[in-house]
Amino acid sequence: MLLSDLQGLLMCEVFSGEEHLDRPVIYGCASDLMSDVLAFSRSGALLLTGLVNVQTVQTAYIAELTAIVVVRGKKPDMTVQALALEKGIPLLGTPYSMYEACGILYRAGIPPTMERSTDPGSTGSK
Amino acid sequence: MKRVTEKTFSQSFSIVGREFFDAGKVSTEIKTMLKELGVDAGIIRRIAIAMYEAEMNVVMYATEATVTLELSPKAIRIVVDDRGPGIPDVELAMQEGYSTATTEMREMGFGAGMGLPNIKKNADHFRIDSVVGKGTRLEISISMN
Ligand SMILES: Nc1ncnc2c1ncn2[C@@H]1O[C@H](COP(=O)(O)OP(=O)(O)OP(=O)(O)O)[C@@H](O)[C@H]1O
Ligand SMILES: [Mg+2]
Repeated sequence: MLLSDLQGLLMCEVFSGEEHLDRPVIYGCASDLMSDVLAFSRSGALLLTGLVNVQTVQTAYIAELTAIVVVRGKKPDMTVQALALEKGIPLLGTPYSMYEACGILYRAGIPPTMERSTDPGSTGSK
Repeated sequence: MKRVTEKTFSQSFSIVGREFFDAGKVSTEIKTMLKELGVDAGIIRRIAIAMYEAEMNVVMYATEATVTLELSPKAIRIVVDDRGPGIPDVELAMQEGYSTATTEMREMGFGAGMGLPNIKKNADHFRIDSVVGKGTRLEISISMN
């Protein structure tokens, strides 16, 4: 799936990074906790979040995320949009809630990026 | 301050505490610099994550800090030396989930208590020294291969 496909699926508005919509979406994660994203996401993951501030964009740049999708119709302010543009991070917004947006993407075959720390037999978050 | 010798490249940066708007500037600058120098992408990501967590901790808890970055063909070494309240129980602070973050910090997406453990996880060498009332010194290095 490409970001442009995701844009259709989640009825997204594109706030910045229109030119990067040909990027592939390989796995997704959803969190409002930036340290969790930094600890458990893989490079290239898509971030679904209800939190949109300067730190969300910095986190995406630092962790090499493919794009940020802001849920429940929240609008990032101009400073956040400008930073996303500067850092080359596509910033999209969906009217769906976090739960719905995750469900739609999961059903469309996008696997999670975060490892399950409580999996029997798993070695934990390391 | 820039100093380039045959073997090591070193540069200093400063971080100002409580400046949430600027938080992340030093880490992103270091990341961009390492990219331009052609350092391995996986190594850059580990350095950038560790550095960003350390920078956020300075912004959230300390007054100011000096960051020293040293680059040699063998390793990248970063020292973050802050003036601030220090950490009374370092062992406790190192535990996943332990956090003294305020509501304001949590609303910004921080305070999961994952920063320090994640810095350690991303580093090959990790050392933290803290003196209550004076500050905290974090030293990490990541080997180039
Ligand atoms: N530079 C520092 N100066 C003073 N206290 C610090 C410093 N760094 C960390 N601490 C203390 O250690 C605790 C744990 O830090 P850690 O980075 O692991 O988690 P956090 O910052 O609370 O949350 P997160 O990093 O997940 O957003 C902090 O809540 C704080 O009390
Ligand atoms: Mg922290």
